[in-house]
Amino acid sequence: MSNQVERVRTVTIRFAGDSGDGMQLTGTRFTSATAAMGNDLATLPDFPAEIRAPAGSLPGVSGFQLHFADHDILTPGDAPDVLVSMNPAALKVNLGDLEPGATVILNEDAFTPQNLKKARYEADPREDGTLEPFQVVEVPITTMTVGALEKYEDLGKKEKQRAKNMFALGLMSWMYSRPTEPTTEWLADKFSAQPSVAAANIAAFDAGWAFGETTELFGHQYEVAPADLPPGRYRQITGNQAISCGLVAAADRSGLRLFLGGYPITPASDVLHELARYKQFGVQTFQAEDEIAGVGASLGASFAGNLAATVTSGPGIALKAETIGLGVSVELPLLVLNIQRGGPSTGLPTKTEQSDLLQALFGRNGESPVPVIAAATPGDCFHTAIEAARMALTYRTPVLVLSDGYLANGAEPWRIPEMDELPDLRDCVSFATETNHNGEYWPFLRDEGSLARPWAIPGTPGLEHRIGGLEKADGTGNISYDPDNHQHMTEVRQGKVDRIAEDIPPLAVDDPDGDTRLLMLGWGSTYGPIAAAVRQARDEGHAVAQAHLRHLNPFPANLGEILARYDRVLLPEMNTGQLRMLLRARYLMDVRGYNRVSGLPFTTQELVREITNQLAHV
Amino acid sequence: MTDTTELPQLTKKDFASDQEVRWCPGCGDYAILANIQGVMPTLGFPKERIVFVSGIGCAARFPYYMDTYGFHSIHGRAPAIATGISSSRPDLKVFVVTGDGDALSIGGNHLIHALRRNVNMTIIMFNNQIYGLTKGQYSPTSELGKITKSSPSGSLDHPFNPVSLALGAEASFVARSVDNERAHLAEIIERAAAHQGTSFVEVYQNCNIFNDGAFDAVRGNKANQIRLEHGQPIRFGADHEYGVALASTGQLEIVEVADVGEGALLAHDAHGDDPGLAFLLSRLSHTPHGPTPIGVFREVARPVYGAELQGQIDDAITRKGPGKLEDLIAGPDTWDVS
Repeated sequence: MSNQVERVRTVTIRFAGDSGDGMQLTGTRFTSATAAMGNDLATLPDFPAEIRAPAGSLPGVSGFQLHFADHDILTPGDAPDVLVSMNPAALKVNLGDLEPGATVILNEDAFTPQNLKKARYEADPREDGTLEPFQVVEVPITTMTVGALEKYEDLGKKEKQRAKNMFALGLMSWMYSRPTEPTTEWLADKFSAQPSVAAANIAAFDAGWAFGETTELFGHQYEVAPADLPPGRYRQITGNQAISCGLVAAADRSGLRLFLGGYPITPASDVLHELARYKQFGVQTFQAEDEIAGVGASLGASFAGNLAATVTSGPGIALKAETIGLGVSVELPLLVLNIQRGGPSTGLPTKTEQSDLLQALFGRNGESPVPVIAAATPGDCFHTAIEAARMALTYRTPVLVLSDGYLANGAEPWRIPEMDELPDLRDCVSFATETNHNGEYWPFLRDEGSLARPWAIPGTPGLEHRIGGLEKADGTGNISYDPDNHQHMTEVRQGKVDRIAEDIPPLAVDDPDGDTRLLMLGWGSTYGPIAAAVRQARDEGHAVAQAHLRHLNPFPANLGEILARYDRVLLPEMNTGQLRMLLRARYLMDVRGYNRVSGLPFTTQELVREITNQLAHV
Repeated sequence: MTDTTELPQLTKKDFASDQEVRWCPGCGDYAILANIQGVMPTLGFPKERIVFVSGIGCAARFPYYMDTYGFHSIHGRAPAIATGISSSRPDLKVFVVTGDGDALSIGGNHLIHALRRNVNMTIIMFNNQIYGLTKGQYSPTSELGKITKSSPSGSLDHPFNPVSLALGAEASFVARSVDNERAHLAEIIERAAAHQGTSFVEVYQNCNIFNDGAFDAVRGNKANQIRLEHGQPIRFGADHEYGVALASTGQLEIVEVADVGEGALLAHDAHGDDPGLAFLLSRLSHTPHGPTPIGVFREVARPVYGAELQGQIDDAITRKGPGKLEDLIAGPDTWDVS
């Protein structure tokens, strides 16, 4: 028996198996235990759009990667240190991501001729030298799971085999010294209606742990000390959870009721699911007949005086464009959350991309400006939702909020804000109650400072009025085809968005050296990989500055001045250069791009390489 | 829901906005507007709680002419927008004014889903069997073979029967009236407005520019109007000499009362659980070229979407207590770092 414990600073584990093998569950449970240990962590679930492609096939492989450490980390890790592979297909799909020397744990029961064929292996990779560069540990996971569950006579063989992910989780929990109680409690709770299933899963988990402790296959256990994070209370949070909480918080802080209209679409549906559970907060969710009705109902709810939001992804945002345009025209607050995924068309529903930026800014007919804001990390989705609500309510405008599949499903430890850290949004909402022009109510008589129009909601006596998508005379809001008025209204709508630049924080630059010539600029979910790459480049002795944009329309007022400070600006984007095009057009600066659309976040190493490349030219 | 005790006495004039009405002279819309403005004071709703929502088309200009809250929105989407207004604010009385193209073509999906959900709103569909605002193309209710600018060889589209469609979409209130039948239309609008849930009213409306006379067989011809009244034998004709009876085939047939006796006639039942009878009545005339039923086809009570949505919220608050934001943000598992 080995009881040697080796202390390591950082570990990246990837669980991979069939879509039906429960790898996402295994990964999230390991993540929870890791969060409870006080490690910093970041996760990357990576799964196919198909619910269950044929068992054992390459398209059916589902993976969950977790990076955890005794210090603060920014990405889910580039290459896994350990790959847990439940079948040959999972091995084949994931092996290319491993560095030589990595540990590969195989479920040897799954390496049957049939499964090897399904994975399109011509020879058994365990025997033909394929795995030579790695530390391979073969474990009969299925057999041992079924064996451990012998006494559960009311469960069939299939049901027993299904618990093999818990065996794998138990084994990895032993290997990395994770506590067992949270998982045991969680299983008991999850299967409280089926006590024998709960007991069987716990037994499989315990068997995996016990196997680790008794076998001599593993040299030793590992330990990762808690990370030194800023003090506070923490939780684990995904981007979709955070954006949902952010909406509820914005409603609470503004004194409005939240209305979310949506239609199921990956990877946005979890926001609808989360909010549907928050009825005790007065949250109204509406699963519409289509994307158009989802945003339509929300705009109607906004007219009626709610904090209204809609959430979608991919082609869903295309369908909502006309209604967002109406929101611009009638100047009502509306939050449009776009959890971006790979496109065009149906594209890559479960993969991440940043390719809807230009659509967010310009994807409507006519001159139709809207503020656009993007979240940087899963936890930042919370604050981004609140900031979006502030802008929407203050300026009475639709606001486009960009998240993406990586943030939506990725988890990280998140310091829970204190209530008094949240902005008070009550001042952004002042429903009109009185006439505003010689005893009449003019729905487009604007506030001179914000250019916002008054918001009189149905039910307010004496302020009955009509709004609509036809051009309207500024002030009265009556239909107007007057040429000068249309010019004026176009300028006012643009000017209203432009002046938000004076109402947002200036862009902050992290430039510790002061004489740096290269600026790494980013927006959205690339924050983690860029920051990790900048950190590593600095460790290697390079001088690199970093800045990250949250506001994409309007830009922070100081952006042009910051860009001009540097000889080179490198802008990595998970698109073909959308923000780069905007910056070049707006500031006439030769911003360089690093662009890739693989459906996966950037790795730290590729960005470090690109930083080195760019530095060679300055 | 509606406190009617303190209402000031309003008149038709109070519901007319100061906007110049811009429909073509002679359009059936004028009669419908005047009718609805006249009905408004009798409904028992204070005017600030009334909202008119529309999409795009001639009919969709309607909200601009009503001195209530109004939202002229997007082609076909009015039921969706109205769903957000109505379900989040059950205290409001929401009307949707739409046309045959707006409701049945581009907006068909929203219409059927509003009807099946039973959102609290009154949908008044002006059917003129033509696209008017785009100057005369065939619509989803135009008759087969209709010659228009976009169908010079005749339309190939089989038309919808709007009443059949609404019944098939599980509507809880379905009625039909005619633009110039002042008393009948007023009564139907009043009953539709009083209904809890989605009420759907098809109004035959003459477009004197692009489809003049489309409804003459019914509109100017009272003898062809089969006026449905719940519980009453279905009779029509200049002297009520005709009736509707259920044939042994299971279909409805038009009979002469003198031949069969009044006892053999079908009595109208708008309140039955099964919409089958109402559907059969809607099939008596697929297009309005002969004897055509008008009145309330169906009027049943069903749970109302907005009330149910708010009910689930109230129930959650009762069971769990009002949500505390701190608890939500913290989630079930937290740890402290000092």
